[in-house]
Amino acid sequence: MYPQQFEYVRPSSVDEAIGILASNPDAKVLAGGHSLIPAMKLRLAAPGTVVDIGKIDGLAGIDSRGGAKIGAMTTYAAIVDSDKLGDFPMLTEATKQVGDPSVRNRGTIGGSMAHNDPAADLTAVMLALNASVTAKGKGGEREVAVDDLFVGLLTTSLAEDEIITSVNIPNDFANAKQAYVKHAHPASGYAVVGVAVAVTEKDGKVESARIGVTGAPEHAKRATSAEAALTGKTLDAETIAAAAALAADDLGELNGDVYASPEYRAHLVRVLTKRALTQAAGL
Amino acid sequence: MVASVDAPEKMVGKAIKRREDPRLITGAGQFIDDLRMPGMLHIGLVRSPLAHAKIKSIDLSPALSMPGVVAAFTGEDFLDLNPLPAAWQAGGVTNHAVTPRVLAVNEVHLAGDPVAVVIAEDQYLARDAAEAVIVEYEELPVVVDAKKAAEAGAPQLHEEAPNNIVLEWSCGKDAEVVDKALADADVTAGLHIINQRLIPTPMEPRGSVARYDPGTGDYTLWITSQAPHVMRLLIAAFVLGIPEQKIRTISPDIGGGFGAKIFCYYDMPLTMAISKKLDGRPIKFFEDRVENYVSTTHGRDHISDVEVGATNDGKITALKVKTWANIGAYFSTIAAGIPTTLYGRMIAGCYKIPNIRVDVTATYTNTAMVDAYRGAGRPEAAYLIERVCDAVAAATGIDPAEVRRQNFIQPEDFPYDTGIGMLPYDSGDYERALDKALDLAGYTDLRAEQKRRIEAGEQKLLGIGLSSYVEVCGVAPSKWIGLGGEGWGAGLWESANIRVQLTGKTVVTTGSLPHGQGHETTFAQLVSDKLGIPYDDIQIKHSDSLGTPFGFGSYGSRSLTVGGTAIYKTTDKVIDKVKKLGAHMLEASEADVEFEHGKVFVKGSPDAAKSIQEIAAAAHVAYDLPEGMEPFLDETTYYDPPNCTFPFGTHVCVVEIDNDSGEVDIVKYLAVDDVGNVINPLIVGGQLHGGIAQGLAQALYEGAYYDDDGQLLTGSLSDYAIPKASQVPWYDLDSTVTPSPVNPMGAKGAGEAGTIASTPAVGNAVVDAVKHLGVNNIQMPMTPERIWTAINEAR
Ligand SMILES: Cc1cc2nc3c(=O)[nH]c(=O)nc-3n(C[C@H](O)[C@H](O)[C@H](O)COP(=O)(O)OP(=O)(O)OC[C@H]3O[C@@H](n4cnc5c(N)ncnc54)[C@H](O)[C@@H]3O)c2cc1C
Repeated sequence: MYPQQFEYVRPSSVDEAIGILASNPDAKVLAGGHSLIPAMKLRLAAPGTVVDIGKIDGLAGIDSRGGAKIGAMTTYAAIVDSDKLGDFPMLTEATKQVGDPSVRNRGTIGGSMAHNDPAADLTAVMLALNASVTAKGKGGEREVAVDDLFVGLLTTSLAEDEIITSVNIPNDFANAKQAYVKHAHPASGYAVVGVAVAVTEKDGKVESARIGVTGAPEHAKRATSAEAALTGKTLDAETIAAAAALAADDLGELNGDVYASPEYRAHLVRVLTKRALTQAAGL
Repeated sequence: MVASVDAPEKMVGKAIKRREDPRLITGAGQFIDDLRMPGMLHIGLVRSPLAHAKIKSIDLSPALSMPGVVAAFTGEDFLDLNPLPAAWQAGGVTNHAVTPRVLAVNEVHLAGDPVAVVIAEDQYLARDAAEAVIVEYEELPVVVDAKKAAEAGAPQLHEEAPNNIVLEWSCGKDAEVVDKALADADVTAGLHIINQRLIPTPMEPRGSVARYDPGTGDYTLWITSQAPHVMRLLIAAFVLGIPEQKIRTISPDIGGGFGAKIFCYYDMPLTMAISKKLDGRPIKFFEDRVENYVSTTHGRDHISDVEVGATNDGKITALKVKTWANIGAYFSTIAAGIPTTLYGRMIAGCYKIPNIRVDVTATYTNTAMVDAYRGAGRPEAAYLIERVCDAVAAATGIDPAEVRRQNFIQPEDFPYDTGIGMLPYDSGDYERALDKALDLAGYTDLRAEQKRRIEAGEQKLLGIGLSSYVEVCGVAPSKWIGLGGEGWGAGLWESANIRVQLTGKTVVTTGSLPHGQGHETTFAQLVSDKLGIPYDDIQIKHSDSLGTPFGFGSYGSRSLTVGGTAIYKTTDKVIDKVKKLGAHMLEASEADVEFEHGKVFVKGSPDAAKSIQEIAAAAHVAYDLPEGMEPFLDETTYYDPPNCTFPFGTHVCVVEIDNDSGEVDIVKYLAVDDVGNVINPLIVGGQLHGGIAQGLAQALYEGAYYDDDGQLLTGSLSDYAIPKASQVPWYDLDSTVTPSPVNPMGAKGAGEAGTIASTPAVGNAVVDAVKHLGVNNIQMPMTPERIWTAINEAR
């Protein structure tokens, strides 16, 4: 597995990187490289220029004042090891399930959001936590809710010259009831189905609920009907079962491969949603 | 007890760590891809993207115009090389053997078939240049399924093989006799079994480096081969048509093989021929993983229909099996031996079955070639007969353990002839292994817990799977397996040479060789005890055709039973000479001396002993040798065993199945194996661990799939599920010891036992968990979806 010939550049600032991207239409950002480089080795991707953002100061690190702001170049390992993410235990738990130690040591949260792999873990988690990304490009800086970021198979709403600089988790679900449950592919370890749930309660009733589903749909999506079925109800076994039954309803056409058909993925979405909600509820 | 010399610590039976591991673990090993030579060039292969097509034209010029590209060739440039040899054609039947050429000419038969080659200064450039070559194809229809390939109207692969049939073979009694026995049986059951295609996946893919010497006309070929001597013979005699001595083959460190590195592959003669064309520049070919998956051999791929008849008390009276074996696009080196001798003749397993009939049809399809993969035929046989035992249990209502007990060959029956053309099983006590396994597993309690969960309607179902297996190792003698018998085109003996040098330091050269099994350790333990020479003074040399005696290679769990016996017998020859010379040095007659723990002494006077080191020095300087004795302690043995060996045992697997999702968890895995006497328990344990992992992966995870166009859908490690450490359970290993009478060490072989035993143990456990719902079979790999579907369909 040998990539095609390419140029390699390592800018020292975000603006410099944006400049390179804007003037080279076949340039690609390199973060942890654990999605881009395998694709290049399989010759599925053949960027003319690889723009390594790994040495740009200030892109890695976690700021937990009011929710969490996680720099795009923060590795999975840094997230797992961080003591600043105690409000979002689901994030730590999900991140532990990404790949293996070498993947977690190199792979980044920004890369995960930008790549938008249909079987990625953290895309579902960020949907459930109502996160956004900060993106910077020639046109300046903007904040994009992950609800609007993931738009298609391996496709985001970012422009070619935009770089994600951070992933931002609001305070909405800090210390909320939350869980991430995954059925890992036996070969790749990616999510065949992964379900992330976050639920807040008021007066013993569900105030707001968000459910992110990965693996089954074309890209990570929310199970809105299931969310609605929870809202205003007591988070008990009956409510959970009723909501879980609806979890595959809003996901569009589902993925299928030799390991799991669309029908089985739909079934797993319901099974794992039930498990995640049960776990989150502490039942 | 007569007076004797002090006994050093025995090495045989000791669980010492492998001496090769520090080298391999610290990266100091030398693998093919570590080879760097001045002037070395790299190969990029142009591979067909289509599974079946006519080659209309090939334009090499875009590649040749790239700077750094030295040459490029098509198949037409190598028509002077013969197609690869079909070394094992099944005995007694017609084999329509069509083997590949180094590059496909006129027509391609699988996606990945190489059609042209580009030679460049580095491997990146070689790949870029290969991609630049323009090939025009005319697409032809494709067939990938072994059974469909033989049906009327199927796409035809080779003119020489009408209806894509490679061979039709059978063993056992006449079909009418077995049909009658089935008709007369109290109960019958049928099973449709797909033993799915697997991809061997050694950690190191395959490769070759060839260097031609224009001065002498000799070639050196470094290969990832489990059988370098055999490759030398096959390439010289059959592909190039030159004397064997013109080729030196070397297998450096090899990162696993599992059978896929036994065979003669296109790249071996191809790199040699290119090196010659380019005046002796060293030529390197090394697969990447994707190439490894599409073009190195695969394993298994059988489709079988089975009928079994039994008495009401569970005695099997008749077994009829029809198997379609997928051979792939061409005939690989020993492909024909796998679904015949090593499968059909082992179908009886551990059981006395009076009426057996096995029919095998092997077919060509537009897929990668299929040949030996760890166990090679025996896993397919063991899976089938062990599923049959559970089917009989289901049909009669008798416990699966009891069905096995009812049918076991008994200890007093050995040597036992199953009547289907296998040599007599050497020794065994199948019931003892079963009893021990059931006892250790707490079988009765497990059955009670299984019942409790079903009655309580719990979501986690328990399944208990048994596998009482027997397999055949160290296949021999040559006369039986060879051309007049089972059809292998050579012998299957092994060789060894031992030289005790002047200083007493000892070199053992063996025709056998490791690709991860620790031969350097095991063989040195054996020699150390026999000769009384310290373990650290013994070096095992192997893997180079120059300097080692001819050997047939390492596969079929034959290294210790055959290669080790050659070493053992050589130590006897050394001891004979040591005693003669020792007696001479002690001025005693040979009849009056004894050899013990490396010392020769006059019976009763061990204090005046001569050590083997002293004797070796005397033999080497040759100042004072007995009349007619040659100098030097240097002995050689060529050993052809009288029979094969037959390891056995019982494995118990306990699974938990989530009846909502079909997810499976192995909660207990227990194995009682009998591999005869053991030289190094740590190495045997390692072989069992790895083997069990590979076998359970077939049951639960692994499966190679092609789509209808012949594209491999599981073409990388992110699709094809070899098991990771987190996906295998804890293994409880135990044993019984029934020495083999076939060799003086009493060893039976341990390289494949785990793989052969574990697939049925796990498969039976999964089906057992859901059988109360009415499920009687699930095809492998038993993925959660397949289990979920089976549960749904049964409900
Ligand atoms: C063996 C293996 C197992 C894996 N298992 C899992 C798993 O179980 N779960 C899972 O979720 N993932 C898994 N991954 C993928 C891993 O998480 C990737 O690292 C991640 O998806 C991408 O992050 P990266 O930093 O490596 O990005 P890269 O590979 O460097 O880049 C990926 C893409 O995103 C773009 N990009 C990267 N960063 C930015 C940025 N800041 N702004 C704009 N564009 C950017 C790149 O241009 C590229 O197109 C696995 C990967 C491997 C190799």
